[in-house]
Amino acid sequence: MSAAASPQFASARFREARTVDWLELEQRIREIERGRVRSLSDEDLLELPVLYRAALSSLSVARETSLDADLVAYLEALCARAYFVLYGVQPPLWRRLASFFGAGWPLALRSLARETLIAVLMMLLGAVAAYCLVASDPSWYHSIVPGDLAGGRGPQSSAAELRAGLYDGGGKDGMLGAFATYLFTHNAQISLMCFALGFAFGVPTLLLLLYNGCILGAFMAVFVSKGLGLPLAAWLSIHGTTELFAIAIAGAAGLRIGMAVAFPGRLSRTAATAAAGRTAAFAMIGVVLMLAVAGLLEGVGRQVIQSDAVRVAIGGCALLGWLLYFYVMPVRENADG
Amino acid sequence: MADARTAPGQAREQDRNRRTFVTPEGVDLKLDIATIGERAGGFMFDLVMIVMTLVALTLGLFFVLMGTGAVLAQALVMVWLLGFFALRNGYFAIFELGPRAATPGKRLMRLRVVARDGSRLRGHQVVARNAMRELELFLPLSFLAYQSSQGMADWATGLFGLLWTGIFALFPFFNRDRLRVGDLIAGTWVVRLPRRELGNSVAARTAPTEQPRYAFSDAQLSVYGEFELQKLEEVLRRNDDYSMIVVARTIRERLGMAPTDAEDDHAFLEAYYTALCQRLERGMLFGKRKKDKYQR
Repeated sequence: MSAAASPQFASARFREARTVDWLELEQRIREIERGRVRSLSDEDLLELPVLYRAALSSLSVARETSLDADLVAYLEALCARAYFVLYGVQPPLWRRLASFFGAGWPLALRSLARETLIAVLMMLLGAVAAYCLVASDPSWYHSIVPGDLAGGRGPQSSAAELRAGLYDGGGKDGMLGAFATYLFTHNAQISLMCFALGFAFGVPTLLLLLYNGCILGAFMAVFVSKGLGLPLAAWLSIHGTTELFAIAIAGAAGLRIGMAVAFPGRLSRTAATAAAGRTAAFAMIGVVLMLAVAGLLEGVGRQVIQSDAVRVAIGGCALLGWLLYFYVMPVRENADG
Repeated sequence: MADARTAPGQAREQDRNRRTFVTPEGVDLKLDIATIGERAGGFMFDLVMIVMTLVALTLGLFFVLMGTGAVLAQALVMVWLLGFFALRNGYFAIFELGPRAATPGKRLMRLRVVARDGSRLRGHQVVARNAMRELELFLPLSFLAYQSSQGMADWATGLFGLLWTGIFALFPFFNRDRLRVGDLIAGTWVVRLPRRELGNSVAARTAPTEQPRYAFSDAQLSVYGEFELQKLEEVLRRNDDYSMIVVARTIRERLGMAPTDAEDDHAFLEAYYTALCQRLERGMLFGKRKKDKYQR
């Protein structure tokens, strides 16, 4: 190189002219990332996209003309951070909630209707099968219902004991709130598992649904044989309509994912599972909410309300309400999570 | 440069993690996918955070209980149960819904959750990717707990079950983008988002009037390429005397410049870097690139 050439070569000049803008952008991005958007004035925010595009253009120029690896890496990191700040803006929380309850949730369930029907049928199938088995031979009861869930209730219990179980709240009168909370967290965990297991082509989900139905059927058989069929139905229905519906939906969400993994159709497998995951996630947020309601009904409502008719009425109303909300309510079609 | 021969290997290692990520403005940001080690590190940190919060919650409630007697017992049990549930299912989701889209562990490792299609990360995606942790983490854990409570009577069943449950946990090992099952369902991936400070340029700054101390001929400048230039940049940035002596000697030998007395290695490397950079960048402008010293 001749000594006459300017020692300030192109990339150094380029760098010096633009560094101020980059540092300015970095400063504002940092403020926003720390959650201090309010410390920026309106002009600062309006300038942000301009600075971001300037940095992007600097990056393009630097990649083509500069061999300063540090500079290119810095610009790549800066532009990526700015991109996620600028394009990752979420609408306000209340609007997201409104769109979830107004559109996202019912729409997801409408598109899951077929799977939900299959899940309900699986539970019914399990219930009928277990009912027939236990009705014909009560010793089946112990191989279907696990010991801790039976809580001492079984074919050997007398009608009076069983009746006490239905109306005494299981001796937990002092701890209704805690009991409701326990039921909610336990059921929510089970339904989340039901959903997650769907990934294994839906098979474990189907088995879990079937088994849930079996337990129900076995209980039914024992109570009906003692002439307590109707009280049990009332006892179950106050929360069960909501809870079993929620479990069926969780199963349906799992099935949707399993089917997308196994049979992606025209989409690629990753695209199909991502699309199924969107619907399933909406449904699952709803399931957890439904189970919270069910937990309240079960823990408090069932222990306080002793009349069969009122229990059935509450359960029936809840079911009707869910059905109307999910499948009948008019919805505008722009779900946005 | 002593380690130039490892260049192709290193370059491939970096390329394997690079993914095209084109912004609406049409610029490729070239994001780096997080390695399994980084993600495992972040996850371990989060796990420790969860367990410590849980212990703190339990101890705190216990002390409150000691103070008030059994009056508030029910409320405390409720708080504990809900707290446990929220921690187990909500910890990851709450943090990933924030402006940084990363849990504390991910932030520590400079990672971020990103929607694969480049749009903004939606709430349902965060819920889906974290609900799947049931399958990946808690299923094997509860299976292990169940097995150990049953004793080691049937180790064949245990092994088989662990393998079956382990498939989901080890999912990131079996795909190119290191997607967890949850990432696959949610349409997300985890990328590196490093924070870098802009370092000073390492090129020599000489006043225009000053006569440069070193002058290099055209032949001397055509020895090395871009890869070596960037390695030299690293050496200059590190500013470590010993490696500068070694590198300066290697370059001198290659250029055929006799070492003189009272050498200033730093000044020599800086001058050579500046001259080489200038030459290669000029070549770039004319569309001539020299990747490394092997390219003729």
